[in-house]
Amino acid sequence: MNAPANASKLIKGATGDWEIVVGMEIHAQVSSHSKLFSGASTEFGGDPNSHVSLVDAAMPGMLPVINEECVKQAVRTGIGLKAQINHRSTFDRKNYFYPDLPQGYQISQYKSPIVGEGEVIVDVTASEQIVVGIERLHLEQDAGKSLHDQSPTDSFVDLNRSGVALMEIVSKPDIRSAEEARAYVTKLRTILRYLGTCDGNMEQGSLRADVNVSVRRPGEGLGTRCEIKNVNSIRFIGQAVDVEARRQIGILEDGGKIDQETRLFDPARGETRSMRSKEEAHDYRYFPDPDLLPLEFDQAFVDELARGLPELPDDKKARFMRDYGIASYDAGVLVMERASADFYEAVAKGRDAKAAANWVINELFGRLNKEGLDITSSPVSAAQLGAIVDLISEGVISGKIAKDLFEIVWTEGGDPRALVEARGMKQVTDTGAIEAAVDAIIAANPDKVAQAQAKPTMLGWFVGQVMKETGGKANPQSVNELLKRKLGI
Amino acid sequence: MSVDQATVRRIAHLARIAVSDEEVPHLQQELNAILSFIEELSAVDVEGVEPMTSVAPMKMVWRKDAVTDHAGADVIVANAPVSEDGFFTVPKVVE
Amino acid sequence: MTDVTRLTLAQARDALAAKTLSSVELTQGHLDAMAKARGLNAYVVETPEQALAMAAASDARIAKGTAGPLEGLPLGIKDLYATKGVHTQACSHILDGFKPEYESTVTSHLWRDGAVMLGKLNMDEFAMGSSNETSYYGPVASPWLPPHRDGAWAREALAGDKKGLLTPGGSSGGSASAVAAHLCLAATASDTGGSIRQPAAFTGTVGIKPTYGRCSRWGMVAFASSLDQAGPIARTVRDCAIMLRSMAGHDPRDATCIDAPVPDYEASIGASIKGKKIGIPREYRIDGMPAEIEKLWADGIAFLKAAGAEIVDISLPHTKTALPAYYIVAPAEASSNLARYDGVRYGLRVPGKDISSMYENTRRAGFGPEVRRRIMIGAYVLSAGYYDAYYVRAQKIRTLIKQDFEKAYAQGVDAILTPATPSAAFGIGEKGSADPVEMYLNDVFTVTVNMAGLPGIAVPAGLSADGLPLGLQLIGRPFDEETLFSVASVIEESAGRVALPQPWW
Ligand SMILES: [Mg+2]
Ligand SMILES: [Zn+2]
Repeated sequence: MNAPANASKLIKGATGDWEIVVGMEIHAQVSSHSKLFSGASTEFGGDPNSHVSLVDAAMPGMLPVINEECVKQAVRTGIGLKAQINHRSTFDRKNYFYPDLPQGYQISQYKSPIVGEGEVIVDVTASEQIVVGIERLHLEQDAGKSLHDQSPTDSFVDLNRSGVALMEIVSKPDIRSAEEARAYVTKLRTILRYLGTCDGNMEQGSLRADVNVSVRRPGEGLGTRCEIKNVNSIRFIGQAVDVEARRQIGILEDGGKIDQETRLFDPARGETRSMRSKEEAHDYRYFPDPDLLPLEFDQAFVDELARGLPELPDDKKARFMRDYGIASYDAGVLVMERASADFYEAVAKGRDAKAAANWVINELFGRLNKEGLDITSSPVSAAQLGAIVDLISEGVISGKIAKDLFEIVWTEGGDPRALVEARGMKQVTDTGAIEAAVDAIIAANPDKVAQAQAKPTMLGWFVGQVMKETGGKANPQSVNELLKRKLGI
Repeated sequence: MSVDQATVRRIAHLARIAVSDEEVPHLQQELNAILSFIEELSAVDVEGVEPMTSVAPMKMVWRKDAVTDHAGADVIVANAPVSEDGFFTVPKVVE
Repeated sequence: MTDVTRLTLAQARDALAAKTLSSVELTQGHLDAMAKARGLNAYVVETPEQALAMAAASDARIAKGTAGPLEGLPLGIKDLYATKGVHTQACSHILDGFKPEYESTVTSHLWRDGAVMLGKLNMDEFAMGSSNETSYYGPVASPWLPPHRDGAWAREALAGDKKGLLTPGGSSGGSASAVAAHLCLAATASDTGGSIRQPAAFTGTVGIKPTYGRCSRWGMVAFASSLDQAGPIARTVRDCAIMLRSMAGHDPRDATCIDAPVPDYEASIGASIKGKKIGIPREYRIDGMPAEIEKLWADGIAFLKAAGAEIVDISLPHTKTALPAYYIVAPAEASSNLARYDGVRYGLRVPGKDISSMYENTRRAGFGPEVRRRIMIGAYVLSAGYYDAYYVRAQKIRTLIKQDFEKAYAQGVDAILTPATPSAAFGIGEKGSADPVEMYLNDVFTVTVNMAGLPGIAVPAGLSADGLPLGLQLIGRPFDEETLFSVASVIEESAGRVALPQPWW
């Protein structure tokens, strides 16, 4: 926590440098069919109060019973975060009154969470990696939803979300910039999606971040932090960190002091502001929920879950670098989504893995991004892209033609090999035909020949002429070799 | 430990129970009578004792992850003092 | 025809099985008795149509030979239990008009076994009280007459404010009074600190609080989750055994309910207790214990000795701490359990200028003074800075109390005999108005059992100098209700069945 400040991360203030310190509480909705303590559906949307059981509505005499799958999902996530799994944890009640909190308390794990300390390795840039410590992960209930802007006098309460299982994942204050904050959440989201423990859908609120921001002079102890509640996109997380850090620096440089408080990020105005309604001092009166016994399981239970886990992104990345010989950054990009990694492996298998990485990352991902598509809805399949890579390495088409071919496959579909055949896109490898073209061009341009012999860089002009002559289909390597020999350079 | 009148008001608000000025002194006296009764416990030696977490010697039962409860919105709001279009209605909450 | 309400539950069961009596006759007899006894205020709601329909269905099943263990037997249900479509308010104003869309597990077990519901029984509001005086529906009168009073005087008092009449105890006062006055064959009750055993002792009836986890709490309005337990009040030990067998049982909807078979408790009635070790805890001999309670206890010891039991002195050193610790744990849990009564989803709503004042006005108007007091104490002991000093300490003391019992049982003790209450029944309006703690002291012998989660039964064992019933309590090992039924039936036999009052109301 008090490691020496990284100079490149510091913010220049009017009176000197400042270091940003960020810790995050991520609320990740557990992927499950039913709620944490009731048999109501977790399905998103639906008519108001249509996914609500008597338990979720806190009817008199209703009792919570824990959902086994939610426990498993929390343990899986703990394993994915390389964290300590606690074989005994307890549920506590956090007491407060709010219309979307029917019980008058949230069941959470305050004193002893199901998962303890762990870590997440985060690629910030192509060349920079950080490790963010995980403080804990605990299970808790989500609240319902209140609609405040439908009427001047009333709020409307829908309990469909009430009781849905959340994992609150608390990081250590190991993050030092907006960029790191974004990269951390991105990586965490990747891990959760790999594990299948949270769908990571931020638009639907499946992943929300409470961002704790403070600033300090390099080398000093932690400053007073403000908690920015419920930031629901990775971009906004970065913006929130930046604007909040600048706000705090401004106050401190003017000789003021920071009040520890809860704030809200307003993306439209690009500012954070104090949440007045939450200003009232809270006294949550936590105590163990007497309706629930301690949550207990043994190591065999954990081992069984661990055996069932897929290869995780860090392992996959290491394997890609080792087995396919691709660069760390490329491997990192490929493993970001499990589907992308699978796609890449299908393309790379038995082929030039580096070329495959290039095609997947640069051509395919580039094009998907432009169209706003994700890998699962790619119009070009792994088999099709693999065939294109094959055609290049077999020398049937040039890299340039391959791009045209990719475009045709993207828009029209079809078997790349058949397309090359049918549309005469085949590279001319017949040296006789190339030689004829070379000879004709040499014969027609004696002045250029002299120039080229004096200045070998002129070779390019000849290559261009030959390619023109052959409609771009000549094998560039053969053209080069022939020209060099015939021109004597 | 005993409570003063400000504490009585604070607890009443924490518990969301309205108290009138007249009843505060009376409440204070009653609460202090109960507090002085439970104060006897401060003399008990509890060094090294684990607080009780479950009174019965049993393991907690877990539920299978299945959607088994479809109460239906009409059932959920059936007893609501005020509801509208399947929503519970409350006095406007200022965020 | 003889008065069908004078039958015990077991006798009525046998008469129905022998077809010498129909459930409709039996039920109608009780409905008539209830109509004449409204002054006692034992029932807050009568459900005659439902009762007769259930009785007719029972008669049909008996005729077909598909009768359940409680087939056709009319029962009263404490207002704490959710009964589908029927008034369920825990006798609180805050649940004004609440009719649940669901049936509690315990009552659904009773209906599964063929029982008939007569109505909902009065109780202390949210089960908080020891005299049934905190009910929103007013106090319940015991059928027992106060010393030196006659029926004429009592009828007048009943028509007035009931002052001076005896309380049936609480919180299951409606249950105890209805059973003692023959207004049902048996009743459901619930016990958080003594709410089954104290009213049973006060009314000359039998009540058992089973081991925590024996009955499901699903659909029972919660008071203090770690202490609440369902149980019956009936006129005989056998009737209690029959009732408990139906009420108990596993429920996957209550995580604290044990998954273990329910024994046939009735088989324990009359079983020999020869060689059973009965513990007599010296700490229950409290200062100023009335001589008649001392004598009752000594009589009980003599009965058991005569039946071949071995009497051993034991020590439960943390007994004195149980009541104050209870008044931390129970209010703390209650303050949280009762947070759901907020005027949003059901029950009373009193408008306010904003959400917070709506909450505050609703809860001020909806909860009576005792409930408000306990919620406030509970909020205080859990609040920042006090949690460790009060709540955590009380839970540690609970561990010590439980260990006391475990040590006694480890020495081979099979059951523990104590008085059930420190005195006989007192008068309505007599206690607790100046100092709430005065009322709390009623539970001094019963509350330890809840704190340790053990089973406890109260059985009538004699009369006070004033001719009022007094009860003894037997405390058992976890989930060993069978021993309690055996030993209690010995006391019942030896003491002679208490003659319940003849109707004066
Ligand atoms: Mg938070
Ligand atoms: Zn949380």
